[in-house]
Amino acid sequence: MEFLRRALNPWGEDVPIGVSWDLIWAAVIIGAVFVVVHALMVPKKVGTGEVDPDEAEGLPEKLQRHKPGARGFHWSMSATMFALLITAFFPVIGIQFPWVTIHWIAGVLLILTVIYHIYHVFAKQDFWTMWIDRRDIEEGKQGLKAALGKADAERPRAGKYPVDQKMFHHVAMVATLGAVVTGVLMMFRIDNFLWAERTYMFSDATWGWIYVIHGVCGIGLIFLVIAHVYFAIRPEKRWMTWSMINGWIDRDRYLENHDPARWTVPEAGTQAAEAEGD
Amino acid sequence: MAVIRDMIPPFELYQPAGVDDAVRLMDEHGSDGWVLAGGLDTFDWFKDRIKRPAAVIDLGGVDEIRGITGAADGGLDIGAMTSLTDVAEHADVQGRYPLLADAAGLVATPQIRNQGTLGGNIVQDTRCWYYRSGWPCYRAGGNICYAATRRSMNREHCIVGADRCVAVNPSDTAPALVALDAEMVVVSTSGERTYPAADFFIGPDIDIERMTVLEPGDLLTRVVLPAPWEGARWYFEKIRDRKSWDFSLVSVASTLSVQGGVIQDARIVVNSIAPYPVRMGAVEAAIRGREPSDETGHMAGEIAVEDARALRHNDYKIALTRNLVRRSIRDAA
Repeated sequence: MEFLRRALNPWGEDVPIGVSWDLIWAAVIIGAVFVVVHALMVPKKVGTGEVDPDEAEGLPEKLQRHKPGARGFHWSMSATMFALLITAFFPVIGIQFPWVTIHWIAGVLLILTVIYHIYHVFAKQDFWTMWIDRRDIEEGKQGLKAALGKADAERPRAGKYPVDQKMFHHVAMVATLGAVVTGVLMMFRIDNFLWAERTYMFSDATWGWIYVIHGVCGIGLIFLVIAHVYFAIRPEKRWMTWSMINGWIDRDRYLENHDPARWTVPEAGTQAAEAEGD
Repeated sequence: MAVIRDMIPPFELYQPAGVDDAVRLMDEHGSDGWVLAGGLDTFDWFKDRIKRPAAVIDLGGVDEIRGITGAADGGLDIGAMTSLTDVAEHADVQGRYPLLADAAGLVATPQIRNQGTLGGNIVQDTRCWYYRSGWPCYRAGGNICYAATRRSMNREHCIVGADRCVAVNPSDTAPALVALDAEMVVVSTSGERTYPAADFFIGPDIDIERMTVLEPGDLLTRVVLPAPWEGARWYFEKIRDRKSWDFSLVSVASTLSVQGGVIQDARIVVNSIAPYPVRMGAVEAAIRGREPSDETGHMAGEIAVEDARALRHNDYKIALTRNLVRRSIRDAA
């Protein structure tokens, strides 16, 4: 299996022209193997619902986990991401349709979504809730041990976001930004409503690497989407998925999975009112 | 242009005696195989050493797809290996489908028409010289169209239907067959399929590396013409740089069903302005119920170029298309 597609340009130079499409199947197979192995090895441990009554005192029954803006971003990104992956890879595997226009419009929508997300994170949310610190690393180590069946290991409670969710976010962010930046550059290859084509603004080799990076990010996102959907439907994670739909989690899930010292909910009445408002 | 060499790279030559053998060989060799009909597209590729197939399947001995016979519904059944000369000079074609006879008779030169086949003329590859020079353009699997930039020589390229690639379909018989509602019969190891001619040609938006629905292993075996329309009028015109021998810059094929001096139905097809023969649906709808007059033709010409967008060197094609569509209605006989 080759990693790159290469060609001789008109000047006889051997240049990359894109990533090998064999890697699409590699991503799908790796994703499928990951899902199967994980499903077989890691027990579906649904929460017991046992919480410390002292911690529960004063907390509302429903606590807001995702504001409407955050949920809007998530689902908007999901829709554009599926549109982008389908229009990018279905024609390659033989399901052919006019895909280019849908692809770049979805790309533009994704960019707008990402810009909104960046604004929302800095203006409306706490940026540091997604930062990985030493406690997250420890949480990750213990969580891995517990997942692998070590009897004495117990995963400590997380902050607002578990460390695996943070890691997924950061990897998806790198892949998405890589695809977005290279995608914008690729639009200089064609006349479009924003600017006229500037086909020769880079050398053939530079263009080739731009296509390679775009392809690698896109193929990486295939794996990431498979993993993300898999975790979203696992029984012990479904409460998180529901919270991305309705915005809130119940008090027991909060206390069971989140460390109140690391994710301090605001005044209880406000939380409840916001949750009801969603 | 690439440097044409005398010697072509070696390949295994297969000479099947029937369609079944041919499609079996094509299936066996897949994308490493190359189907040879008249050879007029093929040997350019081979001598340029751009295409280097491992196996060539020569259809020269497959007589079952050569010749013209009557079809069941009163139409004609033309084998894909029938020479263009035979198509152009056949009495039934001349008498009942003069549109196709005209189109076939205007392909290249007498020598080429003797050697070239109807099937080969239909499925031939585009003549974009950037592509045929072996450069890694979109159509060749790369990531650029060398013909679409502001510095490109794109006088012969498309004004509609571009999607990254701006190459045009070069066939003379293709627009005539679309205008005649012909059906293309395709055979592969999985059986026989039939496509309306209008659906047989595909644009780069669907697949940028193909010009027709044919995939490796597919063989165009026959072209079936339905019985001509009652009261049909025809028009074919090909504009080219040299009348002696050239590909079209723009060509038009029209079929009009005229009764009581009014157009009942129409097919207007323009080629060499897009990567596929363009059936002018909006024009056809607009002229139904009108007289085939100069006024109607003028209106049709304007509609025909509404979506046209010229490249740097081919805006003349817009005027050509406008006028050819106008004539194809006004002068159809």
